[in-house]
Amino acid sequence: MTHFSAFALVKNALSGHRNWPAQWPEAQPKAEYDVVIVGAGGHGLGAAYYLAKEHGITNVAVIEKGWLGGGNTGRNTTIIRSNYLYDESARLYDHSLDLWDGLSQELNYNVMFSRRGVMMLAHNVHDVQSFQRHVHSNRLNGVDNRWLTPKQAKEFCPPLDISASARYPVMGAALQMRAGTARHDAVAWGYARAAAARGVDIIQNCPVIAIRRCAGGHVEGVDTAKGFIRAKKVAVSAAGHTSVLMDSAGLRMPLESFPLQALVSEPVKPVFPCVVMSNAVHAYISQSDKGELVIGSGTDQYTSYSQRGGLPLIEHTVAAITEIFPIFTRMRMLRKWGGIVDVTPDRSAILGKTPVPGLYVNCGWGTGGFKATPGAAHLLAWTVAKDAPHKINAPFTLERFTTGRLIDEAAAAAVAH
Amino acid sequence: MLLIHCPYCNATLPEVEFTYAGEAHIARPADPSTLSDEEWRDYLFIRSNVKGPHYERWRHQHGCGRFFNALRDTVSDRFITTYKTGAPRPPLLTQETPS
Ligand SMILES: Cc1cc2nc3c(=O)[nH]c(=O)nc-3n(C[C@H](O)[C@H](O)[C@H](O)COP(=O)(O)OP(=O)(O)OC[C@H]3O[C@@H](n4cnc5c(N)ncnc54)[C@H](O)[C@@H]3O)c2cc1C
Ligand SMILES: [Zn+2]
Repeated sequence: MTHFSAFALVKNALSGHRNWPAQWPEAQPKAEYDVVIVGAGGHGLGAAYYLAKEHGITNVAVIEKGWLGGGNTGRNTTIIRSNYLYDESARLYDHSLDLWDGLSQELNYNVMFSRRGVMMLAHNVHDVQSFQRHVHSNRLNGVDNRWLTPKQAKEFCPPLDISASARYPVMGAALQMRAGTARHDAVAWGYARAAAARGVDIIQNCPVIAIRRCAGGHVEGVDTAKGFIRAKKVAVSAAGHTSVLMDSAGLRMPLESFPLQALVSEPVKPVFPCVVMSNAVHAYISQSDKGELVIGSGTDQYTSYSQRGGLPLIEHTVAAITEIFPIFTRMRMLRKWGGIVDVTPDRSAILGKTPVPGLYVNCGWGTGGFKATPGAAHLLAWTVAKDAPHKINAPFTLERFTTGRLIDEAAAAAVAH
Repeated sequence: MLLIHCPYCNATLPEVEFTYAGEAHIARPADPSTLSDEEWRDYLFIRSNVKGPHYERWRHQHGCGRFFNALRDTVSDRFITTYKTGAPRPPLLTQETPS
């Protein structure tokens, strides 16, 4: 693996950039692995990296049905924040935010993490009360979040319309300054390259058809398009397809898969300095470093695996955005797309062991798991390596839907990310 | 946009008139207090989340206001059929394209 540096850049520039080596090799499956991870999104690739780096487990394969990073990792709008309401969530997402801080250096790969601040707008009394509760609860948990008046919000984000006649009046905002965005693809590529350098096999274009269990119930391996692959442990990190995979192991899940869409505008000069979210109108916006406005909203209403959603939702989202930021009414939108997100009843993730020995699951990140990528990957690796959850992910069990100990961010946030 | 046939209005109308109402044919337990925690979990939280033909409920919210059931392929989003509440599930006849 070439170490990326200014020197390497200059050296390769001299030969016209024709001699860069591949960032990871094209791997073919071995007959057996210590750990097989299903799904080469940021979470799965990251888990493979941390298994190798922190736990010395390198006989690992990440198996991907399409191309790595082609799932929700490569389709998301990259909002990173940690100002969730409940103690369990605050610890989980703040753990991830801590890891984001040094990620580019750690991976020797520029993930373009940009702490540009995420501002959540309050448009009604309920929003004001709920966000102020978030701010207080976050501060008690040592999580950065503060309250802004409408004027302060406008100073922070000049395109914002705070006039009294606005269709969605701004009554204040919660701002997390540590929050921001990152380059989604680079996260997948950076983890893939770093994991491959430590001996992990990344096997693409190889759908896992079923998880196989032995007569005693223990996991035995996975049936794939390239044949059976034996594994001592299997970790499913397949986002929207988790139910389908877990069904094959005889486990029914508390999940539903929905399309979540996003769209981008034509690129323009820097005009939008931060990320703004509005839960009340279900829309959020930021500007990528390429200059496109990146816009998203809530999921479509029906479950689906089609990786595309309906136009009514896009129309609703754009209508809301242009009301809040009238400056954008004449922008042209370039493209829209969808991903399939796995949603739990309480809108919190499931990360831990399952009733099947040797089978682990990381799912339920729904509309907001990109921000969790380093944290979830790190904790999944821990859980698989030790066959026991880390204390940060210990509350995020599958059993909570039996015991009733839900982590009800659904009621707390209304819209995710 | 989906086009959905309301079996009560007998009309095929745009999705914006309808709201999705989750998996169909999940009956509320007759005697909830006798349920085990696992049975209660299954009723409240566990969903089939089918990739393929899915039995589901819709409500014609901006029309007749009634709930009805549908069989829709979640890979193509195509409706195979819709039917009135209380009617038996139609069989899974159609072979939709898998992916
Ligand atoms: C439009 C959109 C916007 C979003 N915006 C944000 C945001 O702003 N902030 C945020 O934090 N989160 C956001 N999210 C959510 C976020 O993208 C996900 O929670 C996160 O990327 C999940 O990462 P992952 O690695 O678990 O999943 P994925 O990247 O989806 O990886 C799962 C992989 O498993 C593979 N797979 C599935 N089935 C099989 C099989 N049978 N065999 C082999 N491989 C299989 C898939 O192909 C996929 O590559 C958004 C999602 C979408 C769709
Ligand atoms: Zn009707």
